[in-house]
Amino acid sequence: MGRRILLEHDNVSGIETYEVYRKQGGYRSVEKAIKKMSPEQVVEEVQKSGLRGRGGAGFPTGMKWSFIAKPEGVPRYLLCNADESEPGTFKDRYLMEKIPHLLIEGMIVSSYALGCNQSYIYIRGEYMWILDILEKAIAEAYANGWLGKNILGSGFNLDLSVAPGGGAYICGEETALIESLEGKRGNPRIKPPFPAVKGLWGCPTVVNNVESIAAVVPIVNDGGEEYAKIGLGKSTGTKLISASGNLVRPGVYEIEMGITVEEFIYGDEWCRGIANGKKLKACVPGGSSVPILPHYLVCKTATGEDRLMTYESLADGGFASGSMLGSGGFIVFDEDQCVVRNTWNFARFYAHESCGQCSPCREGTGWMEKVLNRLEHGQGNMRDIDLLAEINKKIEGNTICPLGDAAAWPVAAAIRHFREEFEWHVNDRETSQKRNYGLVKEPSPIK
Amino acid sequence: MSSHKHTPISARHTEKPSFNAEQMAEVQRVIAQYPEGKSKSALIRILHMAEEAFGGWLSIETMDYVAEILKIQPIEVYEVATFYTMFNIEPVGKYVFEVCHTGPCMLVGSDNIITYIENKLGIKVGETTKDGLFTLKTAECLGACGYAPMLQCGKIFHEHLTPEKVDQIIEAYRSGNTNF
Repeated sequence: MGRRILLEHDNVSGIETYEVYRKQGGYRSVEKAIKKMSPEQVVEEVQKSGLRGRGGAGFPTGMKWSFIAKPEGVPRYLLCNADESEPGTFKDRYLMEKIPHLLIEGMIVSSYALGCNQSYIYIRGEYMWILDILEKAIAEAYANGWLGKNILGSGFNLDLSVAPGGGAYICGEETALIESLEGKRGNPRIKPPFPAVKGLWGCPTVVNNVESIAAVVPIVNDGGEEYAKIGLGKSTGTKLISASGNLVRPGVYEIEMGITVEEFIYGDEWCRGIANGKKLKACVPGGSSVPILPHYLVCKTATGEDRLMTYESLADGGFASGSMLGSGGFIVFDEDQCVVRNTWNFARFYAHESCGQCSPCREGTGWMEKVLNRLEHGQGNMRDIDLLAEINKKIEGNTICPLGDAAAWPVAAAIRHFREEFEWHVNDRETSQKRNYGLVKEPSPIK
Repeated sequence: MSSHKHTPISARHTEKPSFNAEQMAEVQRVIAQYPEGKSKSALIRILHMAEEAFGGWLSIETMDYVAEILKIQPIEVYEVATFYTMFNIEPVGKYVFEVCHTGPCMLVGSDNIITYIENKLGIKVGETTKDGLFTLKTAECLGACGYAPMLQCGKIFHEHLTPEKVDQIIEAYRSGNTNF
């Protein structure tokens, strides 16, 4: 059985309201933290828990918190990143829609730990109806004394509000998010200085993903060590996975890290296999930015081990034969899908979403989109395949923010594993316009 | 393509827009969420409100009006309105359909849905029907990948789309019965 910590009560009727949430044990972590713990102790528990940022980068949350500068008389800010825009990812939406108070509870405890008296949830503009849900829940939290002045008589004050974006993937990058929250275009900032030193309005700032902040609640309730017992190795705790594509049962699942990928795709409790009785062709396990895996590398690693749903196992083999857990945006392709078309689709996404600040990304993503469009529509040359690799190298690592890398990696991985399918689009243009390629061959080991 | 980089603005309203008392109170509530002197942070939210209040799009007059409220330069509003893809800076139909066409939606047939809506409404992506009721657009990932294909109209996500469902949705908007 899967262990559910965050979504334990998602099916309880009325859980979005304060009364029901409180009855299910909600806001206990605020009582515990404020009455019995110092802010430093809360940070310590989060460090012990081994919690890693759930937005995609997987950076240890406790360590991120420990970096925040504390100059005298300067306010500090906690920002929740609810800009969820990575293609294939819709878990934060589910959590906020179903259990808004869990995020608010996490925001209160985290703000207490960091010494913030004003915090914001930055939510993508397209989720405007969730902004309404959150504002309603925040009003309930104020009315019941969990927000505002002198919370639980402790002298701790906290104001919390929600700010919408306006439709820009780039605002999920933390410095772009800060720019956007300041009412500007979402152009990422050059780091350093890091937000922990100079963030919102030049003040020390921490930006955390929705799921990371929600996870602070069970960590404070049960203790960091208990949390660290869940999961496997350095992948502690549970992870929300957004499963999409050609699956029998797509949706949001909370998994204990360490279950096998095979179990997740085919298990009755999870996705129940590939839709319409088709075969698995490929999988992008962590959102559109992470490398695509061909069918033979999805459930097993290159060395024949079972592939697990952990940060380490999904990355096993590096970019040569592995991928990344990323945001947990698990996209599954059946045998009828065209990898060239999908690679073009993702390239179009990045070309559309580049903020235009750095030339390698602004120009490079546009080039890649054009070249892939050509290949997909039977007008490409063999040279184009190498040209893509060339453009890739010129973007990767040469931009202010990771959007450039995010655009380059999926293209590089698609060519690495599906080169024969790309070449088929050049060699057999007519057929490639009429049908799809099917599964790629597993290369025989060179030994 | 490359929507965040350069979009010229030129469309105008004939009258100067003005929030009514209730809308203005909401604007002030939002501004009060930020520390003194940081009211520019309310800009994106107010642009959303202005779009809703003044015909679903942002004219130069509307943007100038928002600048006036926030006591910032008009250019500070223009540069934001043209950066974020949700803002319409040209007139649009009463209902704007934004159909997601990114990977996960494409895998389960968003291309067919787009073609179906184009045929049904007799317009192409980017166009508005002659009666001014519908505008069709495509959008990049809207976070509904597990419930694909989908389209967004205002605050509403219409998910698990099929041609039959699209028919029902269009019919509902046509008859003004928008209680989804």
